[in-house]
Amino acid sequence: MILIVAEHTAGKLAKATLEMVTAARESGREGPITLLVLGQNIAAVANEAAAVADQVLVADMPELATYNAEVWAAATTQIAQEGEAHTVIIGGSRSGREYAPRVAVKLDAAYLEDATKLSSNGAALQAQRYTFLARVTETVDADGLVVVTVKPGSFAPAPPAAAAGEQYDVELSLPAARVEVTGKSVEKSSRVALTEADVIVTGGRGVGSPENFSRYVEALADNLGAGVGATRAVVDAGWRPYAEQVGQTGKTVQPKAYIALGVSGAVQHLSGMGKSKNIIAINKDAEAPIFKVADYGIVGDINEIVPALIEASRK
Amino acid sequence: MNILTLVRQVPDAEARVKINAQQVDLDGATLVIDGMDEYGVEEALRLRESGAPVEQIIALAIGPKRNEDALRTALAMGVDRAIHVETDEKFDAVTLSRVVAQVAQAENASLILVGGQEADWDSQALGAASAERLGWPQLTWTNELKLDGETLTGRHDVDDGNESFRATLPVVVTTQQGLNEPRYPTLPNIMKAKKKELRKDDPAGYGLSSKVRTVNAEIQTRARLNRMIDGKDAQAAAQQLLDLLRNEAKVIA
Repeated sequence: MILIVAEHTAGKLAKATLEMVTAARESGREGPITLLVLGQNIAAVANEAAAVADQVLVADMPELATYNAEVWAAATTQIAQEGEAHTVIIGGSRSGREYAPRVAVKLDAAYLEDATKLSSNGAALQAQRYTFLARVTETVDADGLVVVTVKPGSFAPAPPAAAAGEQYDVELSLPAARVEVTGKSVEKSSRVALTEADVIVTGGRGVGSPENFSRYVEALADNLGAGVGATRAVVDAGWRPYAEQVGQTGKTVQPKAYIALGVSGAVQHLSGMGKSKNIIAINKDAEAPIFKVADYGIVGDINEIVPALIEASRK
Repeated sequence: MNILTLVRQVPDAEARVKINAQQVDLDGATLVIDGMDEYGVEEALRLRESGAPVEQIIALAIGPKRNEDALRTALAMGVDRAIHVETDEKFDAVTLSRVVAQVAQAENASLILVGGQEADWDSQALGAASAERLGWPQLTWTNELKLDGETLTGRHDVDDGNESFRATLPVVVTTQQGLNEPRYPTLPNIMKAKKKELRKDDPAGYGLSSKVRTVNAEIQTRARLNRMIDGKDAQAAAQQLLDLLRNEAKVIA
């Protein structure tokens, strides 16, 4: 079977889970698609999962109330072994890429990380992934038992299956979590999440100041119903929270439109947004590298162009 | 206690990457110690300087000869000695974790520091896979770290924000931007580093066999429109851009 570990937050199935189902369907691997839902009080998530999978395994346990890498790895491994899974698919989120290698080691499986495409070539599962700060696309493959993480946003969300899958409750014997969480700060934004947004407006140092960031980047984003992004320089300067950072050390995004205001376009930034469908750059420096990857560019002053854009987009 | 810090020598972010015979070819590229790993080297030094009972800090590199330079940088920054498992064969991170685990045991390390995502293979797996092989917990994407006896506290990024944590050694920690500002090696320290031990290990002793094969590598090429709009008249430029986004790209309503 193909085992997928469902991602969910706040009682809802994440879009990433539907993307993993598509990845499983496209992988050419045989057997029923099985979603494993780990958590506590997850009946609603399990029902959503049943709509897209052949079967759903529900581990509803207090030990699974909060994520822990060792616990998640143990749970996934147990189910993969009992169900004789040949393919285990895990989300390419920060947590997914944290516990998936542990599953691969436990199962003595090959690990294909952060796949953007999957296909079968005889007995081998073939995956594409980005390397060298997303400047290179590598194709890798492996035979036999494989653990795969899937890069968010790379596959279309799966439509519901013809018939709802059966749900089964499972019991797991889990290790105790050894890392104690002593505090948590959730970076919530009233705006659409960066990884889910169709349009993102990002500000770089060229925006000038934290005040200008609100005045221009946030205001334009709000007019367009967009998410707000920031470059590393802006985050390092303390203008914006890390949660908004796009790039190698921040989030990877691929919206339909990425509007970069005062962004110079360092390679590390490009590696996080270079797969956006349309890139729009506004910068007063005509030599800024961002223009090389832009579909539409305006060489001009943010202080003049952005207010005009905000005004025009209101109409 | 001993700290093991992992380093790789990777292309500079601005270096041009070439493909030759369907493989990435780094010949002629400017290579540097991976920035993510450098945070780990720096943090090991800072833990010792802050009074933690650190006996030895050992830098480990696995891979081609070029990694010697990363080890020399780590030695010049202040680590005590270096181990290079030299091989030209390409191994994936989960396979390489076998070496990390064996070296950690042989060197009696109780803390391993490794970059959160290296700039050559874009993988986040080495820390987690090494932790699993050793049966240790792990803390990934760490941006604050304190060591008090055997107790590690700090802060790290998670899916929806960040967490403060407490854990007891031994632990694997993956490092990232924000953890510290790595020091530059001074000339005297570069000279001193030349006398420090850089041991070469035979990869054959570690039982490596990769389950993942590289079939092909291609440079990303994506044709962009590169359509420039004259910005002299801000109103006209804004209107033109919005029209293009609405009617041509069809990305906004």
